[in-house]
Amino acid sequence: MSKKKSPLLSVEDHWQTAMGGAVLGQERVVVRGKDLFTELDKYSWQQFLLFMITGRKFDTKRVECLERLLAICINYPDPRIWNNRVAALAGTVGSTATLATSAGMAATEAKIFGGQSNLSASQFIHSALLSVQAGEDLEQIVRAELKKNRAVSGYGRPVLKRDERIIHAERVLREFDIAHGAHAQLACQVEQILMTGRWHYQMNINGLMAAVTADFGLSAEEYYLWLVNGYNAGIVACFIDAKQKPAGALFPLRCTRINYNGAGERVWLK
Amino acid sequence: MGQAVAQSKQEQVHTKIWHEQSEDDNPFAAKRCLCAGYDVYADILPNASWSEYLYLLFKLQQPQNWQALLLEKIAIAIANPGIRHHSVRAAMSAAVGGSTSASSLMAALAVGAGKLDGAREIYNMLECWQDCQLDLTKWAQYIQQPSTLTRSDVWGEMEHFPGFDPNGVACALPVKQVMAELTKYTQGSNLIWLAEHQHQLEALTGLPLAMSGVIAAAFKDLAMSPEQAEMLYLLLRLPGAAVHALEQRESGWKKYPFFADAVTVINDPDTQA
Repeated sequence: MSKKKSPLLSVEDHWQTAMGGAVLGQERVVVRGKDLFTELDKYSWQQFLLFMITGRKFDTKRVECLERLLAICINYPDPRIWNNRVAALAGTVGSTATLATSAGMAATEAKIFGGQSNLSASQFIHSALLSVQAGEDLEQIVRAELKKNRAVSGYGRPVLKRDERIIHAERVLREFDIAHGAHAQLACQVEQILMTGRWHYQMNINGLMAAVTADFGLSAEEYYLWLVNGYNAGIVACFIDAKQKPAGALFPLRCTRINYNGAGERVWLK
Repeated sequence: MGQAVAQSKQEQVHTKIWHEQSEDDNPFAAKRCLCAGYDVYADILPNASWSEYLYLLFKLQQPQNWQALLLEKIAIAIANPGIRHHSVRAAMSAAVGGSTSASSLMAALAVGAGKLDGAREIYNMLECWQDCQLDLTKWAQYIQQPSTLTRSDVWGEMEHFPGFDPNGVACALPVKQVMAELTKYTQGSNLIWLAEHQHQLEALTGLPLAMSGVIAAAFKDLAMSPEQAEMLYLLLRLPGAAVHALEQRESGWKKYPFFADAVTVINDPDTQA
């Protein structure tokens, strides 16, 4: 018999939390130390979501601005986009809306767009600003990032080079009278370096949103968590569109569309 | 917007795994399907076992007998991680509410993907094997300075060394039994090395060997990459999740733990006031 004891013994049937929960029998719900029904009932959905993630209340102007950015930047109803296509495929075979949407959300945690690139773009701009403030040269920071990752997250784009969303996102920021803070200013300087060098990477919408939200006080992890739910409108739209069309009609592939480059025909050895 | 694309310009799916010949009357229906050159329905189906076909799908070649047997024994060992396993509980939690079958398996996959006896643990462990091979000195250095465990990606940092149980006290009997059984079949060197060095590694990590550690070594013996091993660990544990979900869906939420008295909110404004 070992004298060691499992650490699970101390948490068995014992979940202590500051996140909250329903107070059974009292018809109350606590959320991060606040009463849901009396203290948080005026929050919009995005304000509530950000409060759940961060424990902080964001002012209405910034939250409305972020909502507008979500709507115009990352929710195209286009089934060619890979996460949307997952939902559209679910639609074309008659699966359910929730399965389609949750699978689409899972597929959004990608490297070339979505979750993983959101996290890394925010990590980069947070880290770059700290380094610049500590006296490092920005061009060296960018070169080091390129050497390490062969890319700078938040710059460049698959399929298209130019990001058509930037100009409209900047317009929305101006509508809300939100000026570039230190992170967004630095993000633009990074773009200048990448555009003048041989790389020719333009800032993409993730680069701008990561910087703007960093200026709003979101950490990299908080930005990543916030955007987990950011893509659902485009995803569910693609599901609906495919569901309403004849079964199997989404991008059918004929057999000759398979470009096989594997082993030649052979016989199974018994 | 897009119009029908000329056939000569149609995009293609590139693959070394799968090839099809279409029926004469329908370009969208396959007449023959070949997997890595073998006719799936005329040759593999009558002649191959499930584990042989599974191996073929991943490695694109017919396995030797020991490889198919080892993969089959792995599949049996992890087919049901048990009714208390986090991934199975996820499947049952979906089921008791009456959700869809797919939601139970998606729940099992999402939870079974994690770093605590999950597929990401297997991935990390296989990366350890790649770096350290059969060199205990390298393992010791790795355990002291685990470079792959400090990634700042969506997976976050490992809280314990992969392949070992942070909540364990001593190596559990099923882990020993699986190791003993799998080493009978392997012709690789990794499982046997793990069995021979289990106690040194446990001393270095301060943790008992876990099932994930044994399975990772077995996948290494089968020359699976970290990515292949991660996929197989996700895939092969689904049967248990499926049957436990079906059982609990039938018996319903009233007979399933709700943990009614287990949650304590430590900052309730009512009680704090």
